Amino acid sequence: MKIPLPFVLITASLAGLCQPAAAQIDLSGTWVGTGQEGELLLGDFTGIPYNAAGRARGYSYSQSQLSEPERVCLFYTQTQLFNGPFGLKISKQTAPGSDKVISWTLGGWEDRAPMIIWVDGRPQPSKNAPHERTGYTTGHWEGDTLVSYTTHMKAGYLRRNGSPHSDQATMTMHFLRHADLLILAAEFDDPVYLTEPLYWSRSFRATRSAVEMLDGPCIQGDEGVPEGAVPHYLPGKNPFVDEMNRVFHIPVIASQGGAETMYPEFRKKIKDTFVPVERCLTCGGRGGPPAPPAAPPAPGAPAPPR
Amino acid sequence: MTRMTKSTLHHIPRTLQCRQLLVLAATLAAIQVQALAQGPPGAPGRGGPAQPAVPPLVRPPRPVDLTGYWVSVVTTADWRLRMVPPPKGDFAAVRMTPAAIKLASAWDPAKDEAAGEQCKAYGAAGIMHIPGRLHITQKDEKTLQVDLDAGTQTRLFHLGDWKAPAGEATLQGESLAQWDTSGTGGLKVVTNRMKPGYLRRNGVPYSGNAVLTEYFDLVRQSAGDQWLILTTVLEDPANLVQPYTDSIQFRKQANGAGWDPTPCSAKW
Repeated sequence: MKIPLPFVLITASLAGLCQPAAAQIDLSGTWVGTGQEGELLLGDFTGIPYNAAGRARGYSYSQSQLSEPERVCLFYTQTQLFNGPFGLKISKQTAPGSDKVISWTLGGWEDRAPMIIWVDGRPQPSKNAPHERTGYTTGHWEGDTLVSYTTHMKAGYLRRNGSPHSDQATMTMHFLRHADLLILAAEFDDPVYLTEPLYWSRSFRATRSAVEMLDGPCIQGDEGVPEGAVPHYLPGKNPFVDEMNRVFHIPVIASQGGAETMYPEFRKKIKDTFVPVERCLTCGGRGGPPAPPAAPPAPGAPAPPR
Repeated sequence: MTRMTKSTLHHIPRTLQCRQLLVLAATLAAIQVQALAQGPPGAPGRGGPAQPAVPPLVRPPRPVDLTGYWVSVVTTADWRLRMVPPPKGDFAAVRMTPAAIKLASAWDPAKDEAAGEQCKAYGAAGIMHIPGRLHITQKDEKTLQVDLDAGTQTRLFHLGDWKAPAGEATLQGESLAQWDTSGTGGLKVVTNRMKPGYLRRNGVPYSGNAVLTEYFDLVRQSAGDQWLILTTVLEDPANLVQPYTDSIQFRKQANGAGWDPTPCSAKW
């Protein structure tokens, strides 16, 4: 008996869409980040598609803000999955009395807030619901790929140098697993500060070592900053705007960010004026050659951030 | 910017959605099968053993369509290592052996150019990180061809039971590809027999014994954009104390706009 092709295709494709839970990839375990963020300077917004508001907010940032009780944890939103020196501890939770997975949890790790990915079909909360550092995340499976969607984050930073994101930001992540490798690929969208989405990907490797989390999620604390003032720089007054130029010869048109800095064509724009740094003075790298003493700063130049 | 209907994706209980769709599909198929078994009006009934309404659901490796033009999108952490030549001695995120550090510390781009070795950073283990465009085509039934405008290079990914021919090592090495069945799917490519080259344009070396494993995954993001996530693992005990692993991304283009073949350069 012949089965009409359209019905076979419809049924097969629907079945493919609805993979049974048993066929999904198990993400649980401990994963070690395989990359790390290199030297990070204030005023480095390269490759971030900022609009004017995002750039202005970034240049108003003073590192001293982090000493304020209400801002001490601002670095530790979910963006730290990509930029923090952290691994992942992933576990799954099942419904009571059932083996049905209702959520996956990316455990907190040394100050980074945990993330619970609800895969039981519950909706996102009301737009008026409180925003937390954890955000609120739902997910679903597309074949063997877990896709998550995070909203309701607190305003925070994309990188640990004051590059801002707003509380309207959302993050869509794909969890791609290949044997002992796990790749997180994310689209980060922020209608307040970005002109187009920012894309990140980062890889992790499974480990059987007993890796313990260091400390718990960030706890607010008083570091002695006087009340009544927020450390900041007024427009045009940030002394670190040209820090990338000073250290790496990367011009301000690049370090100020913007969508064009993400694409290959931008290289042509700076090629003729770029003068490579002869030898790295502050770069990372295990066992790298000893750095010669840094040249003394020019008179009146600000001290580099540390 | 147009946005994908995330409300649809995230607000409908997926298990319920799937269950309903499958019931619908099975019902449609059953109705059709019953109609066929009865035959068209006026036709004699059809005999023979009963057959299942749908073919068995097997899950073979899922080939993904990598063909087309793709553009590098370079964001945040590795920008200064990729968009401009990194400084000599910048080995951030690469765990090197003492021998490799010595080699990299002696890197001299002028010397490379004078020796006609300006393409050492454009070998298989380094070139994908140089910002540019990929043009992926199906060369034949068992070969994917990847043209890169940076350095005007070509890589060939051989599918199936292909055996590398004997001969000298080459800049792009020999690449054996297979659809990955160990996880998400996508294409897994293993490359060896590469000429020694640079993992990073500032002379971080890899040897002729290095083995490069790459995973090509496709994801669809909002606005329907298709993205290629490339994860590379370079193993080279002579130069790396642990494998170098990295993930980068490319966005699909509708056409070859911006395709700009340029020669290799040791200085840019």
